Amino acid sequence: MGDWMTVTDPGLSSESKYISQYTSETKMSPSSLYSQQVLCSSIPLSKNVHSFFSAFCTEENIEQSISYLDQELTTFGFPSLYEESKGKETKRELNIVAVLNCMNELLVLQRKNLLAQENVETQNLKLGSDMDHLQNCYAKLKEQLETSRREMIGLQERDRQLQCKNRNLHQLLKNEKDEVQKLQNIIASRATQYNHDMKRKEREYNKLKERLHQLVMNKKDKKIAMEVLNYVGRADGKRGSWRTGKTEARNEDEMYKILLNDYEYRQKQILMENAELKKVLQQMKKEMISLLSPQKQKPRERADDSTGTVISDIEEDAGELSRESTWDLSCETVREQLTNSIRKQWRILKSHVEKLDNQVSKVHLEGFNDEDVISRQDHEQETEKLELEIQQCKEMIKTQQQLLQQQLATAGDDDTTSLLRDCYLLEEKERLKEEWSLFKEQKKNFEKERRSFTEAAIRLGLERKAFEEERASWLKQQFLNMTTFDHQNSENVKLFSAFSGSSDWDNPTVHSRPRQKKPHGAPSGSPVCTSKLTKSLPASPSTSDFCQTRSCVSEYSSISVLNTAPEESKPNQVGRECTNQKWSVASRPDSQEGCCSGCSSTHADAHIEKDDLP
Amino acid sequence: MNFSEVFKLSSLLCKFSPDGKYLASCVQYRLVVRDANTLQICQLYTCLDQIQHIEWSADSLFILCALYKRGLVQVWSLEQPEWHCKIDEGSAGLVASCWSPDGRHILNTTEFHLRITVWSLCTKSVSYIKYPKACQQGITFTRDGRYLALAERRDCKDYVSILVCSDWQLLRHFDTDTQDLAGIEWAPNGCVLAAWDSCLEYKILLYSLDGRLLSTFCAYEWSLGIKSVAWSPSSQFLAVGSYDGKVRILNHVTWKMITEFGHPATINNPKIVVYKEAEKSPPLVLGRLAFPPPRAAAGPLSSTESEWRQRSHWDGHQALQCRLARRSSGNTASQGRAQGQALCAAAKFPPSPVFHEVASVPVSLQTLKPAADRANPRIGIGALAFSPDNCFLATRSDSVPTAVWIWDIQKLRLLAVLEQLSAVRCFQWDPRQARLAICTGGGKVYLWSPAGCVSVQVPGEGDFQVLSVCWHPSGDSLALLSKDHFCLCFLETEQGVGTAFGQRGDHT
Repeated sequence: MGDWMTVTDPGLSSESKYISQYTSETKMSPSSLYSQQVLCSSIPLSKNVHSFFSAFCTEENIEQSISYLDQELTTFGFPSLYEESKGKETKRELNIVAVLNCMNELLVLQRKNLLAQENVETQNLKLGSDMDHLQNCYAKLKEQLETSRREMIGLQERDRQLQCKNRNLHQLLKNEKDEVQKLQNIIASRATQYNHDMKRKEREYNKLKERLHQLVMNKKDKKIAMEVLNYVGRADGKRGSWRTGKTEARNEDEMYKILLNDYEYRQKQILMENAELKKVLQQMKKEMISLLSPQKQKPRERADDSTGTVISDIEEDAGELSRESTWDLSCETVREQLTNSIRKQWRILKSHVEKLDNQVSKVHLEGFNDEDVISRQDHEQETEKLELEIQQCKEMIKTQQQLLQQQLATAGDDDTTSLLRDCYLLEEKERLKEEWSLFKEQKKNFEKERRSFTEAAIRLGLERKAFEEERASWLKQQFLNMTTFDHQNSENVKLFSAFSGSSDWDNPTVHSRPRQKKPHGAPSGSPVCTSKLTKSLPASPSTSDFCQTRSCVSEYSSISVLNTAPEESKPNQVGRECTNQKWSVASRPDSQEGCCSGCSSTHADAHIEKDDLP
Repeated sequence: MNFSEVFKLSSLLCKFSPDGKYLASCVQYRLVVRDANTLQICQLYTCLDQIQHIEWSADSLFILCALYKRGLVQVWSLEQPEWHCKIDEGSAGLVASCWSPDGRHILNTTEFHLRITVWSLCTKSVSYIKYPKACQQGITFTRDGRYLALAERRDCKDYVSILVCSDWQLLRHFDTDTQDLAGIEWAPNGCVLAAWDSCLEYKILLYSLDGRLLSTFCAYEWSLGIKSVAWSPSSQFLAVGSYDGKVRILNHVTWKMITEFGHPATINNPKIVVYKEAEKSPPLVLGRLAFPPPRAAAGPLSSTESEWRQRSHWDGHQALQCRLARRSSGNTASQGRAQGQALCAAAKFPPSPVFHEVASVPVSLQTLKPAADRANPRIGIGALAFSPDNCFLATRSDSVPTAVWIWDIQKLRLLAVLEQLSAVRCFQWDPRQARLAICTGGGKVYLWSPAGCVSVQVPGEGDFQVLSVCWHPSGDSLALLSKDHFCLCFLETEQGVGTAFGQRGDHT
């Protein structure tokens, strides 16, 4: 769009003024229109009027100016400024109301004119800018035209060039073709020449061969011979026959026989194949008829004539072809019928299938969304189901793995025990825990008791000491009293001192307290003991190691039994060890298993303890 | 799988008799005939010079030994060791010698293909056939032995003569529309003769027994053409391998192409099983089966046994069971005279198993870049063979020399690819079933069957480089030929496998 010009030139405004004048004048009577127009249209005149107007009314010419105005106004169609004269001679009076009315009207008119002028000015402005815009457009289009013209020229030039090139290429192609033709001709000539040469050479070769043949064969070469010990009989046992015309004829006969046999064989094969194909065709036809006939009833109403006739044909054919004899006719006679009917049926079937296809597509389009939703639901259900299945399978696998591991651990020893063990393991564990706490409590009690015992023993020892001292003093006294029993007393003292040494007897028990508590809680503590034993061994514990340790223990125990006399602290320990051994023997397979299966061993052991408890 | 002792051999001349009873092998100028089962020597014949070619007569009664250098053919009888026959071609020389199907005539081709001499062992008669063509495969007999088709060249044109073998009478003589006939081959039913042009032009012609041209097939022009041709045993298909690396299969009704098998260097289809020979034997795959511990699997025998199963394709029927153990000496003792000659029972090193891995697709095969400026470029389908049951076709592309491709003819698609470490020397189908033996000139023999693939190290001190293989007509054993030795590999039959497995405990 072009810019809107807001600048107004004076000429334009004067023009507008003229227009306003013109419009105001249009209201005048048509008779005076022309003279008024002449009067007012000339610009200098209007200027005169203007100048004149400035000095229009003076003191002297009021009357005249009034009359002039009246005249003017009346000519413009305003009511007269003067009142209606009553008399002829009476001087007409100026009607103030009329003057005011006139003035008002004039003012209104003036406003209107101004408005109109404004409108016209804006319109003019608009038109001017429109014009500018159009001019711009015009310029642009002109430019475009110019560029497109140039482009066209360029394209034309290129086209010309391409055509030129094309012509050149055509020329080249032609040249190449000529070349190819030439080369082909050369090849052909070479080939002929080669062939010719070959033939010549071959002829020469043949000649040489012939000559060689003559030389070699006709020389009665003694060497060419067959040495044979004795002639053997023919393979068929017959004697060789002479060559005669008869044999020739017989050979021919045989040859034709062979050929005939071959052809007969092939014909048979083809016949068989044909029969099979016919069978297939017949079956197909039958099936087609059966397929098409039930739904014939419905479409019959809307079916056009052609299909109707076809259907009747089919039925006819069906009746006809039900006779098997037609199939045995040679193809010549049946072929036409057969192919025609098949073709017709095929057409029907095709149209039917197409119809079905259309229906299906329609249905598909209609019910697409529903189907989609359903399928999604189905899909989700299916996935859920599958996930569930997977879960189940995983669990199954887990259990199987566990079972297998157990089986592996027991090495087929007795898997039933392990199974049984597993099944009442959990509740047993609970019970065991309870019992364990009970044992602990008992242990505490025992400990307390023992402490009190030891204290009592210490007290006893002290008392004994005191008593001994007392006794010693008493003995001393006695000794002093009767010095004759000197020797005996010294022995007694020794004995007593040995006795007093037995006061130490309590101390080791105190030291071996952790050990001693074991016999009390034997069943619960014994696994700990075994584990300690196995732990003391350097490498990972195995069954054999365990057995070794056990035997070690037993040996040790037996040794200790032997050594009971010198060491008084021993018997107690021996007894404990013995019980320990007994237990371990009883639970040997289980402990063995526990060693192998690692983590499950503790449970198994715990269970065994339980078993032993009651 | 049992291996026999290693016997001496020269020039890869080792052949089973057609009835499967005997095995003839040559050592320099000696011909040794052994019993095919016990490998005891039945006969020993001495020829005049180094033997260059041997052939059994169709009735397994005679053996022909050709001494090309001397232009001599010596014939030996198995029934009468004292009987002998010597044919001297004299100055004409000798380049090829073969039996006629009746086993009473010998066809000798003289040098320069001057003529073919037909010597009879029954009568003194000698026939000559002139103008035989010097080509890849110029003589072919029908399977029933009635007719002989012979490629001829006269006046720079190719002809084919069909002769009746019983009396060597000419039955048909016609010219073929070829530039340079390269080979002819009868269909197994003996009614159709395929004739193909030299490699300069792709052209194969099919003639009826009576000389009518049945059809001509040309896949393309202006390029190297046919390299190999094979009929299916049922005569239904004709496979044509060409220099463009494709095999085209023609049918016997319209003689048009049914399909063409390309041999791409990369295999993308995951359905195709690719067996790749591993450099070393991979670690034992028992880790997966650690629990529960296998009871008997850890026996030493399992390490000598190599059977690999495809992870997905193994169908449980282990049709190909191999047991690598030497045949026990007790066996041979019970079979015949216990001579050191017979089977070797000495425990040599147990053959180490060689595993093939089933490579996952896509697999790119090693391709050879052919030298374009040399004659006989190493491209194209160099060898192809149908399995005896018509179901499979094995091919080798010369540009991918390490691979054997096995095609399913029923589904007309690629079934498997076997990639060996070295170039495939030779492959041969078991004459009785779909079982392919492959050798690469290394110390192993490879066997493929639809059930899977096995490679077996040939036992023995030193290297036994298997250059060629030769099946026993019954398919029970396989002769493995190296440069100067051969040995037999006995494959167990179905019931044999069962007993072998039963005996395994005894062996270990």
